[in-house]
Amino acid sequence: MTLTITKIAEDLAAGRCSSREVVDDLLARIKAHRALNAFISVDEEAARRDASAADRARGAGGGGILAGVPIAHKDIFCTSGVKTTCGSRMLADFVPPYDATVVQKMKAAGCVMVGKTNMDEFAMGSSNETSFFGPVRNPWDRDRVPGGSSGGSAAAVAARLVPAATGTDTGGSIRQPAALCGITGLKPSYGRVSRYGLIAFASSLDQAGPMAQTAADCAHLLSAMAGFDERDATSLDVPVPDYAAALGTDLKGLRIGVVKEHFAQGVEPAILDVLREALREYERQGAVLVDVSLPNSSHAVPCYYVLAPAEASSNLARYDGVRYGFRAAEYRDLEDMYKKTRSEGFGPEVKRRIMIGTYALSAGYYDAYYLKALKLRRLIADDFARAFERCDVLAGPASPSTAFALGAKNTDPVSMYLNDIFTIPVNLAGLPAISMPAGFVGGLPVGMQLIGRYLDEARLLNAAHRFQEATDWHARVPAGI
Amino acid sequence: MVACHGSTLHRIPLLNAEDIEKVAHLARLGLTREEGQAYAQDLSRILGLVSQMNAVPTDGVEPMTHPDEAGLRFREDVVSGEIDRDRLLAVAPKTRDGLYLVPKVIE
Amino acid sequence: MEWETVIGLEVHAQLKTKSKIFSGAPTAYGAAPNTQANVVDAALPGVLPVLNGEAARMAARFGLAVGATVHKRSVFARKNYFYPDLPKGYQISQYEQPIVERGRLEITTASGEKVIGITRAHLEEDAGKSLHEDMGGFTGIDLNRAGTPLLEIVSEPDMRSAAEAVAYLKTLHTLVRYLDICDGNMQEGSFRCDANVSVRPLGETRLGTRAELKNINSFRFVERAIEYEVRRQIALLSSGGQVRQETRLYDSARDETRSMRSKEEANDYRYFPDPDLPTLVLTDAFLAEVKETMPELPDAKRRRFCAQYGLSAYDAGVLTASRELARYYEEAVEAAAVEPKLVANWVTGELAARLNEEGLDIASAKVTAQALAGLVRRVADGTVSGKTAKDVFEAMWAGEGSADAIIASRGLRQISDDSAIEEVVRQVIEANPKQLAQYRAGEEKVFTFFVGQTMKASRGKANPAKVNEILKRLLAP
Repeated sequence: MTLTITKIAEDLAAGRCSSREVVDDLLARIKAHRALNAFISVDEEAARRDASAADRARGAGGGGILAGVPIAHKDIFCTSGVKTTCGSRMLADFVPPYDATVVQKMKAAGCVMVGKTNMDEFAMGSSNETSFFGPVRNPWDRDRVPGGSSGGSAAAVAARLVPAATGTDTGGSIRQPAALCGITGLKPSYGRVSRYGLIAFASSLDQAGPMAQTAADCAHLLSAMAGFDERDATSLDVPVPDYAAALGTDLKGLRIGVVKEHFAQGVEPAILDVLREALREYERQGAVLVDVSLPNSSHAVPCYYVLAPAEASSNLARYDGVRYGFRAAEYRDLEDMYKKTRSEGFGPEVKRRIMIGTYALSAGYYDAYYLKALKLRRLIADDFARAFERCDVLAGPASPSTAFALGAKNTDPVSMYLNDIFTIPVNLAGLPAISMPAGFVGGLPVGMQLIGRYLDEARLLNAAHRFQEATDWHARVPAGI
Repeated sequence: MVACHGSTLHRIPLLNAEDIEKVAHLARLGLTREEGQAYAQDLSRILGLVSQMNAVPTDGVEPMTHPDEAGLRFREDVVSGEIDRDRLLAVAPKTRDGLYLVPKVIE
Repeated sequence: MEWETVIGLEVHAQLKTKSKIFSGAPTAYGAAPNTQANVVDAALPGVLPVLNGEAARMAARFGLAVGATVHKRSVFARKNYFYPDLPKGYQISQYEQPIVERGRLEITTASGEKVIGITRAHLEEDAGKSLHEDMGGFTGIDLNRAGTPLLEIVSEPDMRSAAEAVAYLKTLHTLVRYLDICDGNMQEGSFRCDANVSVRPLGETRLGTRAELKNINSFRFVERAIEYEVRRQIALLSSGGQVRQETRLYDSARDETRSMRSKEEANDYRYFPDPDLPTLVLTDAFLAEVKETMPELPDAKRRRFCAQYGLSAYDAGVLTASRELARYYEEAVEAAAVEPKLVANWVTGELAARLNEEGLDIASAKVTAQALAGLVRRVADGTVSGKTAKDVFEAMWAGEGSADAIIASRGLRQISDDSAIEEVVRQVIEANPKQLAQYRAGEEKVFTFFVGQTMKASRGKANPAKVNEILKRLLAP
């Protein structure tokens, strides 16, 4: 089954179907695949109403390619009047009074929101098992995880419940689930997409991006999502290219850096075979492979597990039961209210990271942990700068393994953290990267990660698109879907 | 999977119950004894991972707080955006007469 | 033993921006609870801060005014702690890299001039307000003030007496109003002061353990709180006790400081650079603009008043106490076009007394600078005597019109014509032969009797100098 934005837009334009029909069909599919637990909330009535409105608007003429196209938002984006939980008991009943900039922009482009997708609590997790609303199941094998934290978005797209969904990526939360679910996901450069209304995990690393079946669809979505926002001081005031228009450039002479450290032990050998075959496809299209090294990237995980929890410990201090969200039922006094509210409202992984971050920033440890990590961050970013002197994009695995079994890594936080070993360095450096289906191992999808220069999303999207024109990994559909 | 650099063995910090209690208090998290013990173990393991940073010499390296090193943009000093107290307070657990309510704070 | 007092002050000056430091909400004082707070101020999930450029401009203006280094790069940091009126669970402030460092402020006390060092001044956001009264066992939270821009100005521990501390505060208070960066309203909390106070044996160079005094919201209370605290510490140390490093609250009703009851846990604020706010960078162009638009500062204005208007240092000091008063004086001088000293006498005399009596500031004076100039001109040209002019001023204050109109309608024009005065004097002398005889017999004090009678006969309008002169001539034997 093909469920791409490009196809839907063609059908809508040709009058072969209406937005309302597409939405009705998808709502039925969402119901049928409820067991995947990909959604936290679905507002059928609103989706149907908005789809009908989109149909009327299209009848009146105008509207871009996304007009009337159904999408889902990760439940980390605030949606005015629509429950936004961030996968947490803390916000289980929270209805924001405002829209995130990304949500506003997608609305403005004509997208119809069908629901909010499941996610790891406060985006902290790599398996979607930390969600207060239960784990998401991988459509390729329901006993396996979809990856995380944007696991609901990845599973929804993979199961063809929506053509596209938004995600956020702090250490790999778009790319790793995209890889594990066999879809395409892009983490834009830091500052490319506004963070306003995106519930913060680690502010200097968080970035929103599109998740879809194809790179071409991601290009359309990014064009709509990206751009300067005066409400976000870290948003970049630079022009946004028409990413879709840039697709189709041939790859002759494209220098692809093969990261030595990413093709090393610790990655399932079969995954490396799949990636080598993918690189051969690039060579067939005229790209040139260059060996590069990112010597400090092995320190990225330790560095990240200081910086991200440190920022998170502060970002999550606002959940105190005073102005919104969960408040414990019984308490003796203010201190007791704080402690009960926060220990009952947050799940174990969130508390673990708050503890780590609080410790790393506390008196006597700041220099040894936080400051040290900031210096390593510089070294890691410098590695990328050096590598990009010799190549145009970097290639490697998006994840060291294919989808693992539910519960397999729950007991050991450290082994869970190491899932993101290839994606984390990219967030630390603020660079754009895409994950796309490159083959299968044991019936499970394998994702290839391409990393680009700062603000060079167009080149990444084009490189992924050219690969997808020559392969059909991205078009494979899980059994039973 | 994370490579160990050099031959130096880095001392892994071990957290005791008192450390955990102090950190939990700073973060306003109420932990049971069992939770405290579990966190002490987890945190010690994570700090073990994190301590691998010590293998890298970073003398003279400029800390990188932010991917975008351009300066802070200024907002103009104008009153903007909407204020809707009813909507703001509608999501609060406890309010009265336009105020958020919390258990009495003792000064 | 002789003791030395050591005082350092931390002042929080609320900056006079229209909108908050990191949100577009208004900063008006006194509005209904939570009607000046938007989603950013209430720290809803997902909201972000964006810096109000005017706050940075005001901080830079202050830095230049106190001769400090205004850093081209400074960093916003998060100060993490839990309190119900602190919505984010952290305060955005500046920590390791503040915008202003190393300035100085010259103060004048009875014992002379002194320079007080300013360690730093940094930008930060204010918290909301906790209301403990009448809430039936709860505390109510009002976020109207949350996010109001503050400039925290930290002095060196350079002050040695409560009087110096007050002089420093008053000088700073005048300065921030001159710079138009703070309205200085202490009752509304726009200008707040904490004092770090310690004592040490005279001659000792190390600092004693200090107490931090909070909640002192007037100049008078600053003086009293410090004096009380100094007595307390000296008594404590003299009796072999020790001063505890703690925060103490000044209770103005009881005129004493007392330890804050909240348990003295060591605060660990876990400062770190705010990842939502990149480095604050001030360009050369920005700083040049701030320099160009810098108003004349109190010191310079005082010196200019002495030189340009020939005023005493004292008068110049009084007239430059606020920018508004100085402007009033200069407008009056220009309109009157008479001896500036005479105008100064009126402004610091009758006008100041009247304002003081009615508790008004210069902006609400009921006699404008132009109107006052009209009166002073009539004193200078001899139309009315100084004494009569005071009555005219009262009438002007009561809204009876201009000086000229009042002089005309009440017939207060002074008689300076020699022949007219001579006529009156002759009548007075003729009517009082007994006193004339006494005077001529050598009783000179009778002279004042004749002056009084002459003034009475002229209904106070005769020019007193001329009356004297003519009386002397006609009384002579």
